[in-house]
Amino acid sequence: MKELTIEATVDNIAAVTDFVNAQLEEMDCPMKAQFQISVAIDELFGNIAHYAYAPETGCATVRVETQQNPPAAVITFVDRGRPYNPLAKADPDTTLQAEHRQIGGLGIFLVKKTMDDMSYEYRDGQNILRIKKNL
Amino acid sequence: MLDIKKTLENETLTLALKGRLDTTTAPQLETQLKEHMARIKHLVLDFAELEYISSAGLRVLLAGQKVMQKQGSMKVTHVNEVIAEIFEITGFNEILTVE
Repeated sequence: MKELTIEATVDNIAAVTDFVNAQLEEMDCPMKAQFQISVAIDELFGNIAHYAYAPETGCATVRVETQQNPPAAVITFVDRGRPYNPLAKADPDTTLQAEHRQIGGLGIFLVKKTMDDMSYEYRDGQNILRIKKNL
Repeated sequence: MLDIKKTLENETLTLALKGRLDTTTAPQLETQLKEHMARIKHLVLDFAELEYISSAGLRVLLAGQKVMQKQGSMKVTHVNEVIAEIFEITGFNEILTVE
C-alpha cells in the first residue's frame, strides 16, 4: 500500500495521476485500465479540488492498494472537506440532444461505469471514496 | 499534458490532439476553438494520439458541437478504444459525428 497526501488543487491532478500510474505499472496494469483510472482520478480528485474546501484549500490523501486473485487495483481518496457523497446523485440523462445536454454529473457517472466497484463513506470528519478496478 | 497541432485549409480547421484531454488541459482546446470557430465551416478533431478524455473534455466538445452544427460540421476521427467507450457510456456517440 502506498499513499500520497497533497494539496487538493487542479494543478496537482497530474502529480496524483503520475503517482498512481507508477504503482499501476509495477502491477503490469493494462494500458486501457490505466487510462480509465486516469479519467477517474481527473473526475474524483478534480471534484475534491473544486468543491471540498472551497473557497479555502486543504489536503487530500490518495491511497493505492493492490489485490490478488483476481488482480485488482483499489484507489481511495480521502479529504476533510465538507461532507459530500457523489454516489447519492441521480445519473444524468445520456439520451438528450446536444442543445439540452448538461455536463454536471457526467464525470461521476463515467467513473461508476468504467470501474468495477465504487463506495463512499463519511467517517471521523473524512470523505472516503473508494474505487476498484479489476485488472 | 496536451499538444494541439493546427491545420487550416480553406474553411476547414483540423486540430490534432496528442496527450490527455482533462481538467488541466481542456482550457487549451477551448482557447483554440474560441480563436478560430467564428471563421470556419468545418472542424475536424483528430484523436489519433489522444490517450483519454474526461468530463472536462466532453464539456468542450459539446460546446464545439453546438456551434459547429449551426454553421457547418464537426467530426471527431481516430478515437481509441478507451475514448470510444467513454462516448458510448455518455451517449456522446449520438451527439458527435465520430469516424
